[in-house]
Amino acid sequence: MLETSDGVSRRGLLGMAGATALVVGFCVPLRWSAQAAPAGAFSPNAFVRIDAQGDVTLVMPQVEMGQGVYTSISMILAEELDADWRRVRVEHAPPDEAHYANPMLTIQATGNSNSIRAWWTPLRKAGAGARACLVEAAAASWGVSGTECRTQASEVIHDRTGRKLAYGALVGRAAHLTPPKDPPLKEPSAFRLIGRPLKRLDTPDKTNGAAKYGIDALPPGVKFATLAQSPVLGGRVAHVDDRRARTVPGVRQIVVLDDLVAVVGDHMWAAKRGLEALDVTWTDGPNGTVSTGQIWSQLRKASAGTGAIAKEVGDVDKIFGPHGETSRGVINATYEMPLLAHACMEPLNCTVHVTPTSAKAWIGSQVLERVHAAVAKAAGLPESQVTVQNHLIGGGFGRRLEPDMAFAAARIAKEVDGPVKVVWTREEDIRHDIYRPAYHDILWARLEGGRIVGWKHRVSGSAVMARFLPPFFQKGVDPDGVDSAQDVPYDLENYRVEFNREEPPGVNTGFWRGVGPNNNVFAIESFVDELAREANQDPIAFRRTHLHKTPRLQAALELVREKSGWGGPLPPRCGRGVAVQVSFASFIATVVECEVDDAGEVALRRATCAVDTGLVVNPNTVMAQLQGGLIFGLTAALYGEITVEKGRVQQSNFHDYRILRFDQAPPIDVHLIKSGEAPGGIGETGTTASIPALRNAIHAATGVALRRMPIDRNLLARGARS
Amino acid sequence: MIQLSINGTSHAVDVTPDVPLLWVLRDVIGLTGTKFGCGIAQCGACTVHIDGKPLRSCLLPVGAIGARAVTTIEAVGATPIGAKVQRAWLDLEVIQCGYCQSGQIMSATALLNAIPRPDDADIDAAMAGNICRCGTYVRIREAIKLAASEA
Repeated sequence: MLETSDGVSRRGLLGMAGATALVVGFCVPLRWSAQAAPAGAFSPNAFVRIDAQGDVTLVMPQVEMGQGVYTSISMILAEELDADWRRVRVEHAPPDEAHYANPMLTIQATGNSNSIRAWWTPLRKAGAGARACLVEAAAASWGVSGTECRTQASEVIHDRTGRKLAYGALVGRAAHLTPPKDPPLKEPSAFRLIGRPLKRLDTPDKTNGAAKYGIDALPPGVKFATLAQSPVLGGRVAHVDDRRARTVPGVRQIVVLDDLVAVVGDHMWAAKRGLEALDVTWTDGPNGTVSTGQIWSQLRKASAGTGAIAKEVGDVDKIFGPHGETSRGVINATYEMPLLAHACMEPLNCTVHVTPTSAKAWIGSQVLERVHAAVAKAAGLPESQVTVQNHLIGGGFGRRLEPDMAFAAARIAKEVDGPVKVVWTREEDIRHDIYRPAYHDILWARLEGGRIVGWKHRVSGSAVMARFLPPFFQKGVDPDGVDSAQDVPYDLENYRVEFNREEPPGVNTGFWRGVGPNNNVFAIESFVDELAREANQDPIAFRRTHLHKTPRLQAALELVREKSGWGGPLPPRCGRGVAVQVSFASFIATVVECEVDDAGEVALRRATCAVDTGLVVNPNTVMAQLQGGLIFGLTAALYGEITVEKGRVQQSNFHDYRILRFDQAPPIDVHLIKSGEAPGGIGETGTTASIPALRNAIHAATGVALRRMPIDRNLLARGARS
Repeated sequence: MIQLSINGTSHAVDVTPDVPLLWVLRDVIGLTGTKFGCGIAQCGACTVHIDGKPLRSCLLPVGAIGARAVTTIEAVGATPIGAKVQRAWLDLEVIQCGYCQSGQIMSATALLNAIPRPDDADIDAAMAGNICRCGTYVRIREAIKLAASEA
């Protein structure tokens, strides 16, 4: 009883509707494919489709990887459309850059915490334009003016005559109308959906096994494969002895390509056992000697030189004095962030069926059009003969902004008769990640009268944007690399921010939740904490006096001070740390409270966060993203580090690449500040916030100023420091 | 052929006895609600119930199951406690990406089957084996307490 991949099981959906009727009151299937508008439907743009029964289908230009965006996007569209929320259905968008390119990123991508920022206005206009057509259609059928009509819950209403027409009854007439280019948008005071903690549309199916992720694709006749790529980046297959592998029950085929091998079987276990039995000799190539030590020594060496200027305000050299940064009284500190894996719970996977004239891929991806192009290239087919079906995503965090897993799967599928699902083992997933870059930051400052009068920040590390979106990399400055550094929120009259591009040997680097701000907020907030100590000031008081130009952040800081119990008594070896940030256009202040035991182990006691993210579409989603984001960052601070020896990544699974567990998670309070400003981004902000806040809490608890992540327990053990 | 009783239905599967239940469920029978996360019983995404007890199906050879009843996420809602846990998960909007949540719900349901009113230490012990990368732990704790309070 293989479930076909072309429809969510009917039974599952009906069961869910019953199970959740009390809570949610509606049921939203995530269809498997964007279907062409059926005859008679009203489809005024790429996002809205209404059928004659009045069902409203919304096509999602951004992907759902847990951040709740399918619900928020639907709320924005349904708000301006005045759709009956109970009859909204959502659908994954197909690869189609012409219609679904992210307006801020210029490509069809979900990232940089910008779904709401990028789509807020276009989607409101899409909803309002569709609504305008429906109003016009109703008004024409009644022979009245559209201005006399109003809309609510998928009906056009003419109050004077008490007449109503359901949207479903208007689709035929509306389909002949052209939506206005600039339809009037609602005043926020008129919002019926936006701002409410509406239940998520994607979660009911996630409680009963019905939700379909890429890894769940089961096209008829599918076989199962797992792969081993060269353990050293750039290495090649030298020799394969497959005699033992062929004897493993269930193994059907062995695929050997230049740089990877794959075993195809009746199920994943056969493929995995077959791969273990495959005797592969690799040629390592030039990266076979790369080690973590080499990566760091190259990065530290590069950071000794002046970087490209990202921002220059005032005259910091003059403020620092005759010897520049080495002048007497200039304080400096160096901070480092390690390579990190993403470790999404859904291991990388892609299912592909290649025929001589077509290819189809099933995947969950943050970059659907890049997957489309990668599959076409691997299959040797024009993109017009390739289709890609997106799915719910079991964690993205930036890893699924890369199409490498689709390219590899399609190359394998080209050798296989029929569809093949290529699933990476967790070990392969950790060892062949595209890692969060290692960063080395140097900061210098001069204090006068308890105030920062000069500031210099040199960021050194990978330029991810230079590879990902080259036009954004200009004059040696990576805009992601200096994000939240060049636009430091503090009142600084003299400062300079520099960027040194240094790509590590032997590993690929890419986006990881929090991206550039993760590194920069860590370095800045650690340094500011150290400056506050230097100035003999309370860390919150010191920050407050430097935030006059950023009142929204000042307000968040004041709120977190109040809510976190800041300044209250604590047991020995406990401490509170604060961090503030303006990242992804949100203003956030965070306090983490921790305890450090005699062995240097850190326990998380509490986290408190105050956030002004502008106008909020769904407050429950914002809170969830902050709670989860904080934990994501705390995991990195406590455990995250990828190391390399002889060109091989040493970590492999959750026993040696640890993730914060249930019993370690602190209580978390998130306080939303009501705001009428434009919406900010939220998905990555918690991750950025918690790392420096914990680092500063540890400093308060132990007196030890950690300068690199993850935390080094040896430095924190009692008596480790005189 | 190996006989299995899964969600009240008997299945005859043509695999060797060493194949872990996880892959039989997902790849042979097509019940994809049970998830693969690590393959070494470190993350709990593959948790199922064997005679009501939570077990990691990624390391459980099908040949070792015998006549014991297998319950997966697809059918846990048919039990009163399972349904209550699912409802609490939605009431408190626990879920983000959702990939680990099949396992979380199976572990939480097994906990409430064994201890109807768990304290924080009971909850910690029952849930520490289930990793959530989205960081939904705070809400999972609240949801377990909510489900327990409705018992």
